[in-house]
Amino acid sequence: MDLNDWILALHLLSAFALVGALTLFSILIVALWRADEPAKIDAFMRMGRIGNVLVIAGVLGTVLFGVWLAISVDGYAVWDGWVIAAIALWAVGSELGRRAGVAYGAAGARAHEAIAAGANEPSPELAATFGPSPALRFHIGSSIAVLLVLIDMIWKPGA
Amino acid sequence: MSALASIRPDSWNFPLLVHVLGAMILVGTTITFVVAELAAAGTPQPERMRRFAFRTLLFVGLPALIIMRVGAQWLYSKEFDGASGDDPSWIGVGYGVSDLGGLLFLISLVLAGFASRKARSGLGRAAGVTAAICLVGWVVAVWAMGAKPS
Repeated sequence: MDLNDWILALHLLSAFALVGALTLFSILIVALWRADEPAKIDAFMRMGRIGNVLVIAGVLGTVLFGVWLAISVDGYAVWDGWVIAAIALWAVGSELGRRAGVAYGAAGARAHEAIAAGANEPSPELAATFGPSPALRFHIGSSIAVLLVLIDMIWKPGA
Repeated sequence: MSALASIRPDSWNFPLLVHVLGAMILVGTTITFVVAELAAAGTPQPERMRRFAFRTLLFVGLPALIIMRVGAQWLYSKEFDGASGDDPSWIGVGYGVSDLGGLLFLISLVLAGFASRKARSGLGRAAGVTAAICLVGWVVAVWAMGAKPS
């Protein structure tokens, strides 16, 4: 095994962390679908912290080790079309994921504040966020972008 | 570098996508399950969290495990015809971890099912720890699939 084999393994582990985090977030979104009870939202959103750690490791690791491989491996270059497409999709997916995280995180914080204040009344505002909201569209867009990156990585069109 | 330099026939790509995507969703689902089971006791309604954990593993994790395993077998049938009998060691690591991990996964699923039905926190924790052991094995398998040690 040489250095590039290790970098490839770390690139792959980063991709698993990223898709693993997206899977975790997707499961939480389904579990909290139209949820309006702050206690339930607060309990489930705490699990999202693990997802946040994974998504940061995945987003940074995939691009760092991916670009390193594109520079280091003979036959590949950063300016190859499929590499540029992957980086562009990675950027789009990261930004959409960040926006989803901000929206869901704000709702989670509101639920936490309500619980801390001793209130657990149903909140239509929370139910709207955890339904078909812009946050959901951002999450779906981010997931599609990451899926396209995976397809691009496997097929490597033009390589 | 042999793994990176090798050219993969196009016919392997779709089975590889099935295998990798199934494995990624399996890992994400198992992480969700482990966190939910181990954190359940600290939540206001632990039974709800254990029920969520069990359903996650049953309805998302189990299909992902099957998809990952079917993808692996499909890819293996294309990449190795099995006639030579001298598969590289990373294949052995992959199959070993996959089979043992699959067994531990099923044990974890059964434990989680009982924990959910009987409201037993000890069983829930045992299910979470068993699945966490699976996760460690799968991380090693992912490393082996990527680095492909000879």
